[in-house]
Amino acid sequence: MSDSPLNVPTASQTVGPFFSIGLCQRALDQLVPAGLSADRIITIGGRVLDGDGHGVPDAILEIWRANEHGEYSSSGDSTAAGEPAGFARIATNDDGNFEFRTLKPGAAKTASGEKDAPHLVVVIFMRGLLRHLFTRIYFPQEPANTTDPVLQLVPADRRRSLIAECTKDSDRDLSWDVRLQGDHETVFFDT
Amino acid sequence: MGERIVVSGRVLDEGGRPLRGALVEVWQANSAGRYKHKLDQHNASLDPNFDGCGRALTDVEGRYKFLTIKPGAYPWGNHYNAWRPAHIHFSIFGSGLLSRLVTQMYFPGDPLLPFDPIYNCIPDENAKQRLISSFDWENTSPGFALGYRFEIVLRGREATPMEAR
Repeated sequence: MSDSPLNVPTASQTVGPFFSIGLCQRALDQLVPAGLSADRIITIGGRVLDGDGHGVPDAILEIWRANEHGEYSSSGDSTAAGEPAGFARIATNDDGNFEFRTLKPGAAKTASGEKDAPHLVVVIFMRGLLRHLFTRIYFPQEPANTTDPVLQLVPADRRRSLIAECTKDSDRDLSWDVRLQGDHETVFFDT
Repeated sequence: MGERIVVSGRVLDEGGRPLRGALVEVWQANSAGRYKHKLDQHNASLDPNFDGCGRALTDVEGRYKFLTIKPGAYPWGNHYNAWRPAHIHFSIFGSGLLSRLVTQMYFPGDPLLPFDPIYNCIPDENAKQRLISSFDWENTSPGFALGYRFEIVLRGREATPMEAR
């Protein structure tokens, strides 16, 4: 047995360059429940960019989607009404591009009773990161974005990095890029 | 090919409570120190029968167990004569977002540990010790495989996301 006390959390270590053999061999995508009507499906695509603006070819995004009540509780909970919460693990391609399909989650009430804006939580893994990054994707043209308590913590000029943009004049076809460093760096959250 | 080992342990929360049904994913180099990955160009043998990855769910007492091959050390380009100590990568899903963990398990007595910048980026000495597995008689199978024990403690479930500074 290790001598270190068990109340010390296990430390994070980088995923390294070869994580795809462990994390990407099996598709893991449960964001869109089976049988969901096509007009509720939203496609979000974008790029993961390094500080020089180059695409990162071996990043993973883990997408956590709340259910329609804004809850992340177990997706296997058959007692909850409506669509379950969802999760997906998406790898970037050789150019650093990614794309996934989801449905828009609901909004939860925060502890203080304010209402969140609907959003996806994104966890980013890549080589060289000692610890994974947390960020969020909010949806465009969403009135609650102006009152969401987490968005309001972010300086106004940096909020754009957290809000997807409409493409093709459609609010079901969105783009959202991750900038790891430099000008317009994406907002990442301490946890 | 290589030395058979049994790696087992428990996934616990910060209060020491076992987490059942936690997804544990592992990946590693083979005994020669090479990953079955197209970008790994290390001049060492690939074992056609060893993929170097696996996954399991913890049982009701938070336990997991893998039968594998002890990974080899391998060189990397970080600095002159840089070698990674033998390690197994672990990815764990706990009870929520904030307990998500990716880490690496090391082996006791590895002479490369003091020289490894990845291992040494951990500031806390207890936390460094935590990443070193311990030899495990209990899970050593007579005539078959040595046991190593690696306990995993995930962060709390109550924390709130805050903006990074």
